Amino acid sequence: MSATKGWRSWLTTTDHKRIGLLYFWTAFVFFLIGGLEALIIRAQLARPGNTVVSAETFNQLFTMHGTTMVFLALMPLSAAFFNYIVPLQIGARDVAFPRLNAFSYWVFVLGGLLLNASWLLPHHPAPDAGWFGYANLTSREFSPGPNIDFWLLGLQILGVASLAAGFNFIVTILNLRAPGMKMMRLPVFSWMTLVTSFLIITAFPVITVALVLLMFDRFFGTHFYLTSAGGDPVLWQHLFWIFGHPEVYILILPAMGIVSEVLPTFARKPLFGYTVVVYSGVLIGFMGWGVWSHHMFSVGLGPIADSVFSATTMLIAVPTGVKIFNWLATLWGGQIRATSALHFAVGFIALFTIGGLSGVMHASPPADLQQTDTYFVVAHIHYVLFGGTVFGLFAGMYYWWPKMTGRLLGERLGKLHFWLMFVGMNLAFFPMHFIGLLGMPRRIYTYAPELGVAKLNLVSTVGAFLIGASILVFLINVWRTRKRGKVAGNDPWGGATLEWTIPSPPPPHNFDVIPTVASRLPRWSMTQLTAIPEGAELGKPHAPAGSWWPLVAACGLPVLALAPLTHTLWVAFLGAAILITGIYRWAFEPFEV
Amino acid sequence: MPPYRRHRWLTPLPLVLAACGGPFPQSALHPQSDYARSLDALFHGIFWWAVLVFVLVESLLLFILLRYRQRAGAATPKPTHGHTVLEIAWTLAPALILVFIAVPTMRTIFATQQPPAFNALRIEVIGHQWWWEYRYPAAGIVTANELHVPVGRPVDLEISTADVIHSFWAPGLGGKRDLIPGHVNRITFTAESIGTFTGQCAEFCGESHANMRLRVAVESDSAFRAWLAGQGGLGRLAAKGSVEEKGRDAFRRYGCIACHTVTGVSAGVIGPNLTHVGSRTTIAAGVLPNTAEALARWIGDPPGVKPGARMPKLPMAPADLTALVAYLQSLK
Repeated sequence: MSATKGWRSWLTTTDHKRIGLLYFWTAFVFFLIGGLEALIIRAQLARPGNTVVSAETFNQLFTMHGTTMVFLALMPLSAAFFNYIVPLQIGARDVAFPRLNAFSYWVFVLGGLLLNASWLLPHHPAPDAGWFGYANLTSREFSPGPNIDFWLLGLQILGVASLAAGFNFIVTILNLRAPGMKMMRLPVFSWMTLVTSFLIITAFPVITVALVLLMFDRFFGTHFYLTSAGGDPVLWQHLFWIFGHPEVYILILPAMGIVSEVLPTFARKPLFGYTVVVYSGVLIGFMGWGVWSHHMFSVGLGPIADSVFSATTMLIAVPTGVKIFNWLATLWGGQIRATSALHFAVGFIALFTIGGLSGVMHASPPADLQQTDTYFVVAHIHYVLFGGTVFGLFAGMYYWWPKMTGRLLGERLGKLHFWLMFVGMNLAFFPMHFIGLLGMPRRIYTYAPELGVAKLNLVSTVGAFLIGASILVFLINVWRTRKRGKVAGNDPWGGATLEWTIPSPPPPHNFDVIPTVASRLPRWSMTQLTAIPEGAELGKPHAPAGSWWPLVAACGLPVLALAPLTHTLWVAFLGAAILITGIYRWAFEPFEV
Repeated sequence: MPPYRRHRWLTPLPLVLAACGGPFPQSALHPQSDYARSLDALFHGIFWWAVLVFVLVESLLLFILLRYRQRAGAATPKPTHGHTVLEIAWTLAPALILVFIAVPTMRTIFATQQPPAFNALRIEVIGHQWWWEYRYPAAGIVTANELHVPVGRPVDLEISTADVIHSFWAPGLGGKRDLIPGHVNRITFTAESIGTFTGQCAEFCGESHANMRLRVAVESDSAFRAWLAGQGGLGRLAAKGSVEEKGRDAFRRYGCIACHTVTGVSAGVIGPNLTHVGSRTTIAAGVLPNTAEALARWIGDPPGVKPGARMPKLPMAPADLTALVAYLQSLK
């Protein structure tokens, strides 16, 4: 049995629940950092010609805000729930590869630290070419400093973490389901985890290739993205968005899964049209591959390409709309309990709908030519990724918090949190639709007073700080309930899925007896699920040992990245040696103690 | 009434926005060319479909939340798992709405990407970090940042870049189009009313992306011809012994000639052509007004005005600076 106390036990843990908590808190800290960056951005834009930060710092702030929120906050917050909840929902004792899981987490932390270390060096050379890093601005000629190096090396490392996690969850969900849990009995959150994992393992190789080419251009003088020797900067845009659009679904599908769990529980009704919701999610995953050029309508790809990508983009609205109607039908005729979790899930529907509708507006290329690269698109992505993903994730936090900590979050503070965030979010992002249509491009550190958008920008800034206040309320709630919160018991909500059959927080081995599943909603259709069948052999539950080697192997990657950053060859050998040693020792380490 | 407020009073969007102030010289909602109008008409069509769906979904959601709140002692709701007819209906309904959006979209895509008309005025637009170069090949004119076009005549902008990707955007006259290394793109439009339209670079292009602004002066045919005639030929010659002549000497001595062209004086091609800089209304890519004071500020410390500017800050004697400003202002 591995150690369960002390800081060492956290460094060596392979328990999916502990790794889930590590993911959660690490990602939440990055979420706070990304939020802080957003608040500085909004302070700078509160009035025209403001001088809170310099142009250079502003460019770094919006680059790091986007990069942090996408790769270091929202994806790993989803991963926190994948880790903690999916094995419980499918009736497993851990993920398929527990040590690979630990490796994913450590690689993620170290990649995030490397990216953010750029803030701490002299002259803070943080990445400054946008989260999308368009070539040829990222070339040595136009970005001579180490800023872009930090960005591309950090993203390469984070890609390793995502890929390892993606494979892990696919194998876990396909192979470790409890007896009787057919695919069409899988809870929707686990289904969306599966779809997301497939998107991760197929999308991340694309950005890996794109970044390798960029690395060659910057370090070895190749010209993949430079016209000087026949390359083309548009190649970067294609590769980046072939990754980038599936990435949008990587960010939103887990939140859709959470909403599909929360609504039935608090309406006391099964999810309306389970099959359709699942297939819609799968379809969105597939269709997400055929729409990337809608990020490039201003590139001038010609009328044929514009028409094709416009049509495929509009088609994606169909399965998305279907999901919204199915959620509404789930609530219809229910007994709706207005818990904080339900507030956030309903907020998701209300806000994501707005983001979806503005999405249809720029699915039309001619209309998009007045919208792309303006605040209109900033409004759109925040309705989708904040109103959608962040609200969905908070719904998940209020819903599964008792399972993860054993105590409920306070409902009154929870609702205060919701209303502050809901009002703040609409104040911050709704005016941006107008700001954009009135002619303000995005990514500008200052704007002319003549544009006439000063008042709207001020409103948006006030809204952003309200969101900040709502996050403080959440943290106060977490702090106050950590010892005094209502004790959860196995199931504080009357949920339908397997995670509610076991204690909160669950014991290290999760299930005393792996349950046999006979329906889609095991808790609602069966009593006595947790009872141990007569004469069952309990035995000693499988107890994973802790291991240092995933952490050691993970440390090799940032050391490898230091080699190009410092232009020192021996550092590369050191990094490779650490990585190889870690993997070698890991491979020969006995798994069970 | 300013030109950008004339049309579209029937649609509520500009009305709503009027409450927030204005005028809005860079608004996409006040189209003043055939191109901009076709984009705007398409947008408004989609906008109303969006409003319809928005009202439908959000009011349904509100209704459900109020109607089906938990009530004490109520029985467990009936466990409905789905309804095939309903689900087919709400799959087809959005698809049908999308047809009404897709058809005009495709039409507009092809209509707005036609080759330019035979009588179109061809202008080359070249992006630089962080200013705009305009060439009128037929007239042999090179100018910067302030584009002049005649009203009512098709204009064909042939756009490319000298360094990184930029995007040309003057919302009143149409949608944006990127300037990409190794590519030549095109925007065609026919301006419909006289006036000055502002715009700016819309694709992030480095440190001073925010300061890469532009103006388009739409002029009557005669005013445009007069402007064209004024831009040709040599820059104004400085009188002997005048302060302008001292300024021209400073222009040579401080090395301005290495980057800037003043026809007859210098042939630099790195910075904007200054042969007729005195006739422009703004300087530094639309960031400052073209006044003596602003010019002195700009030349005295370019990176201070425009962070990252390629024009260096030169230690310059105050008398030289004054003379240089006077010289540049004389270049009408």
